[in-house]
Amino acid sequence: MIRIAVGEADFDAGAEVRRLQAAAGDAGAIASFIGVVRPQSGGEALLSMTLEHYPGMTERALEEIAQAACSRFALSAVTIVHRVGRLVPGAQIVFAGAASGHRQAAFEGVQFLMDYLKTQAPFWKLEERVSGDHWVEARSSDDEAAARWERR
Amino acid sequence: MKLVYFAWVRQQVGVSQETVTPPDAVQTVGDLMSWLAGRGEGHARAFADRSRIRAAVNQVHAGPTARVAAGDEVAFFPPVTGG
Repeated sequence: MIRIAVGEADFDAGAEVRRLQAAAGDAGAIASFIGVVRPQSGGEALLSMTLEHYPGMTERALEEIAQAACSRFALSAVTIVHRVGRLVPGAQIVFAGAASGHRQAAFEGVQFLMDYLKTQAPFWKLEERVSGDHWVEARSSDDEAAARWERR
Repeated sequence: MKLVYFAWVRQQVGVSQETVTPPDAVQTVGDLMSWLAGRGEGHARAFADRSRIRAAVNQVHAGPTARVAAGDEVAFFPPVTGG
């Protein structure tokens, strides 16, 4: 079962894990990742981060990433929750969770979800710093992280 | 053809979306970028360095050689930075 949610509202990670477990049935392993807004960026204090996305394409891209993870790692359930709008340091940005029969598939499933989310899902981050506004640049290390799954 | 822009591409172009009717010679995403660059100062700035721009046709990632046609929704944006 795949659950995709994109919106401004905060999420309850505990509730998401319980929902994942309920959806997975007899899964023996559930792994999850939570991304959080950092307090600093570029050597200065970060005041806020505003996430913009492409409504419609975002949900479609996340669904495709989740489907790919399910078939590759034999996951019984996947959840991706991604927030948009203005977030302050310490705020939760993203939840990715995977349920499987065994821990390795669950751990790898979550890593795969995050690696592809970062390079495929149409989100953009605008940082509000003391010195002004800065669009976050895509990092080549994120592309490399996603590419390593292609080589396996 | 509906065009949508995101992040700094949107800021530089000055609108989040617009409807355009490109000439017949515009067959690909790359052609469309060249044509758009001539539409005004903001467009010229946004499309000055095409290596910094990514595109999607009908909400699917697309390279510069991807075909575009009347009725398509074409999006231009910087490399994505979610997560």
